[in-house]
Amino acid sequence: MKIDSGSTAWMLISTALVLLMTPGLAFFYGGMTRAKSVLNMMMMSFVSIITVTITWVLFGYSLAFDPVDGEGFLNKIVGGLDNIGLMGVNEVAYNDTFPMMVFSAFQLTFAIITVALISGAIADRAKFGAWVVFSIVWASIVYFPVAHWVWGGGWLTELGIEDFAGGTVVHINAGAAALALALVLGKRAGWRKEPMRPHNLTLVLLGAGLLWFGWFGFNAGSELAADGTAGLAFMNTQIATAVAAGAWLVVEKFRDGHATSLGAASGAVAGLVAITPACGFVDPWAAMAIGLLAGIACAYAVGLKYKLGYDDSLDVVGVHLVGGVIGAVALGFVAAYPFLDGQNKGVLYGGGWTQLGLQVLGPVAVGAYSFIVTFILGKIIDKVMGFRITAEDEVAGIDITTHAETGYDLGTFHASGVASPNGPVAAPAGKKVDA
Amino acid sequence: MRLITAVIKPFKLDDVKAALEQFGVKGMTVSEASGYGRQRGHTEVYRGAEYQVDLVPKVRLEVLAEEEDADDVIDVIVKAAQTGKIGDGKVWSVPVDTVIRVRTGERGPEAL
Repeated sequence: MKIDSGSTAWMLISTALVLLMTPGLAFFYGGMTRAKSVLNMMMMSFVSIITVTITWVLFGYSLAFDPVDGEGFLNKIVGGLDNIGLMGVNEVAYNDTFPMMVFSAFQLTFAIITVALISGAIADRAKFGAWVVFSIVWASIVYFPVAHWVWGGGWLTELGIEDFAGGTVVHINAGAAALALALVLGKRAGWRKEPMRPHNLTLVLLGAGLLWFGWFGFNAGSELAADGTAGLAFMNTQIATAVAAGAWLVVEKFRDGHATSLGAASGAVAGLVAITPACGFVDPWAAMAIGLLAGIACAYAVGLKYKLGYDDSLDVVGVHLVGGVIGAVALGFVAAYPFLDGQNKGVLYGGGWTQLGLQVLGPVAVGAYSFIVTFILGKIIDKVMGFRITAEDEVAGIDITTHAETGYDLGTFHASGVASPNGPVAAPAGKKVDA
Repeated sequence: MRLITAVIKPFKLDDVKAALEQFGVKGMTVSEASGYGRQRGHTEVYRGAEYQVDLVPKVRLEVLAEEEDADDVIDVIVKAAQTGKIGDGKVWSVPVDTVIRVRTGERGPEAL
């Protein structure tokens, strides 16, 4: 197995960076919910790490990246089964650059965060068991095939769509699924009547910081080598993120009167999302333009749910779907460094209109597939096991009713009562912990 | 005896406490409170969505005083808590029948 040790080291580090994004997302989302739901919100991210890792090893990697029957029709749609259980992955190298096992681990972390992103749309009200089932099935029938379409040699790869680090595969995919799930589950009890303000903005900023940090692995790591393009992707990530955060703050100052910390965190994430597909394809000036556009557009897009009447609780649609589309379509204009067969420069670089067409087709195809399949899957889960907790449990708080925990113990009275000093007592048969 | 209750701005608590100590008040009970008066609440904006927050954080301070000291104690509190801006709070007093010191069982003014 021939590998480059520098690139191998970078890809190992990138993999760990991208994995850290999911706990980061848990903080980002957890701080935005009410205090009574923070643990459940964070658990939806954490359990995605568990379910998607297992699914990935069993068959996910194979369905996404095994080139089934060469150039045949089936390969346009989904990968094969030669790598189930990660068989045949060890002792092989990706492009003579780094071990295929590291490639598999790197791609796994993308699958995990894509699933976790969806959970922001259904804060406070989803049955935990239903979410576990959803995360496994959704990864299997939506994420793995879509990753194959765009990156695994499927039909969008063949057409020449440009998606450097997953604007379409991760963000548009998750955003469209989030919209579908928000519609399946319906609004939270008291939505638009009771205030549902973020309970801990310091957690949100911590999460945004971890996401920003981890995103360097996500974007620069997606070069799949330690080289010049990785450096370009790294710098563009920083540029677009800073500009988008600034743009969001300016919008807030003029529209609402105050520049907010939640705005800074949201703008940063919007910029990260929008530069994701473009980071290795564009010049720094274009990264600035994309960041500016994303910061402004997403600051307005998060208000759409109130006009259209769907409770996408933490704005997965307004930030990830809208930001993802901006980045994907912008490439049709400003792509400067295409590198695969079929990929072209953007309109402003004399590449003609072909690439712009592809950059519109990709988001439409992936968005529609994800939305439709997620909607049907959500409805089936709702019919079979129920996707939503009871209204009483929701009002009491999903943390205490679903997990028998609370995120914070700040009062002096809460800790009173009787403990069992000798360790957990087996509950009498048939008696559940009464939360 | 009288029970004097003051609902004041949280950041004025230290001033009020110091002024009462200087006056000679030996104890007090303080709790966090929420409420509004004529100022109503305030507006918070999250991702462009406005929330009207009706109940503003306040500190509720309770002092027991002998009948003849009550008005002076109230004056001390009002003077120390005043900023002149809207939302400074309220002070009121009510008569108290019985006060008992739990440790000794003393009753009446000796228990203060």
